[in-house]
Amino acid sequence: MTGATLPHDTAPRLRTLGQDLLGLALIALAGLAGYALFPDNLAFLTRVVSVALLVLSLDLIVGYCGIASLGQGALYGTGAYAAGIACLHGVTEPFLLILIGAAAGAVMGLLMGAVMLRAHGLPQLVLSIAIVQLLHEAANKASSITGGSDGLSGMVPAPLFGVFEFDLWGRSAYFFGLALLILVFAALRFIVRSPFGMVCRGLKEDPLRISALGIRAFPVLLKMFAISGAVAGMGGALAAIATQVVGLDSVSFEISANALVMLVLGGIGHLYGALIGTVIFMALEHVVAAINPFHWMTLVGAVLIAIVLFAPRGLSGTLDEAARLLTRSRWRAGR
Amino acid sequence: MSTLFEVSNLSKEFGGLQVSRDISLALAEGERLALIGPNGAGKTTFVNLVTGRIRPSAGQVRLGGEDITALGAVQRVRRGLVRTFQVTRLFPDMTPEEHVVMTILQRHGRATRIFARFHGDSAARDEAAEILATLGLTEVSSRKVATIAYGQQRLLEIAIALAQRPKVLLLDEPAAGVPSADTPRIEEALAQLPPSLAVLMIEHDMDLVFRFAKRVVVLAAGELIFQGLPAEVARDAKVREAYLGSYAHAGS
Ligand SMILES: Nc1ncnc2c1ncn2[C@@H]1O[C@H](COP(=O)(O)OP(=O)(O)O)[C@@H](O)[C@H]1O
Ligand SMILES: [Mg+2]
Repeated sequence: MTGATLPHDTAPRLRTLGQDLLGLALIALAGLAGYALFPDNLAFLTRVVSVALLVLSLDLIVGYCGIASLGQGALYGTGAYAAGIACLHGVTEPFLLILIGAAAGAVMGLLMGAVMLRAHGLPQLVLSIAIVQLLHEAANKASSITGGSDGLSGMVPAPLFGVFEFDLWGRSAYFFGLALLILVFAALRFIVRSPFGMVCRGLKEDPLRISALGIRAFPVLLKMFAISGAVAGMGGALAAIATQVVGLDSVSFEISANALVMLVLGGIGHLYGALIGTVIFMALEHVVAAINPFHWMTLVGAVLIAIVLFAPRGLSGTLDEAARLLTRSRWRAGR
Repeated sequence: MSTLFEVSNLSKEFGGLQVSRDISLALAEGERLALIGPNGAGKTTFVNLVTGRIRPSAGQVRLGGEDITALGAVQRVRRGLVRTFQVTRLFPDMTPEEHVVMTILQRHGRATRIFARFHGDSAARDEAAEILATLGLTEVSSRKVATIAYGQQRLLEIAIALAQRPKVLLLDEPAAGVPSADTPRIEEALAQLPPSLAVLMIEHDMDLVFRFAKRVVVLAAGELIFQGLPAEVARDAKVREAYLGSYAHAGS
């Protein structure tokens, strides 16, 4: 029995493993290409990596649980401030700072989830906005800890492995961020394919069906909020380490809304979409804003409308579809 | 046979509409009971009430001697009170195997594990394969549910319910929407249900009802108007008036 099912079992497993390794290799390659092509823009590229973590974290909530949020900056900002404050108080080891960002983000994720999961639909979305606005105000008011509207500055993270300085070149920060992104991405691919990940997908589709199986939705979703918070918090901590400043913009409605735009642009519920959306949005912003700072949002708006109309599953979804069509016709031809 | 599941004086109104009126019924271990009644009689509402999806205005539900009226839907499921849906509620992007594996994992308390591979649980997969085989779903077990026939989706609903190892199973029109050519497959599946399981089946197909149930209850306008043997139901004047009258007219 087991012997008979073995080939049937291992083939898809090897295929998904292959896909994952390929995906990770592609991310690493794209990261290296970014380094090779734009060696003078490493600070910007590091910011892309940091925001990619934020958008990935949002995909866990939106794409895998079906919960819309316009307040993900609350988690990102919490990570950024936690790492920043820790660094100013003498915790300078970069790995430790990332862990602190993750932990702070996870705790805030739990709190945010506990509040947001009380509601559904539009009220839930409004709660997410309220939370990020509240935190923004709190960070503004608690200036003795957060630096208020001036933000935190003067953090000096210790060199990576005691060797690579986080200097003006930003090389250490970039490679540190890229490695972090690849690790997180691999972990998330694993998580979304765990039993927990499957239940989340089910909850997104039909919560009633899941409860009819005897599975309670609340703890599952809360867990996802914590994971999402940890990922967003790492993104924030990375930004704090790389830029050595933490400002109110990291815990803002604007960054939250932009994250959602990036996610929709790239396609929700794939993880890859989060990366693609972030890179395209931020590259557009970078290039167009340099040419015409006033009209760049117009362009983003136009691109978004085009995507919603012509590629409703986002760029990654459309690429997926195209790939499937291609392989299917090849498969047919092969028969 | 001892009473396993007992509903007493259950009532529910939506706004001013009384959809359940003082319903009482009991189900013994291994019993096969059919609940029939015209459309809109409140049959699905009854299932929703006893499974905790909606709260009754009055009345009690007991399972295995325990009063479960105050418990939530999930707690009732975990105690063995399981239902299927009149309109299938399945995940179109998942496979039948994934549905059943998820159900089995839940039964073993492993459904929400993070540090595990969903497809790596070979014990759950073996059990799922067995259940899917008894329902004739082996061939489609790794196809997306969206791509399998509706009759197979209905069988999958039953497969999921079986994977839950219920004590009491409430089937809400298991053959609804299934092409008549496929109903024998459903009926076969129903005939194979574990003998000790208490089953309440809502069904419109009277032939199926007569073959499946040893006892029939009739619900009309939220009220139980008949309890008895299948052979007697057609002769009951109240039932004829409320339900079989129109049925007979339509049928002949
Ligand atoms: N959530 C609800 N709110 C208001 N009315 C409802 C609701 N659910 C069902 N009803 C009404 O209750 C009555 C019984 O419905 P239902 O239980 O689905 O009947 P059946 O399953 O016997 O066909 C119908 O008139 C229906 O419109
Ligand atoms: Mg009904």
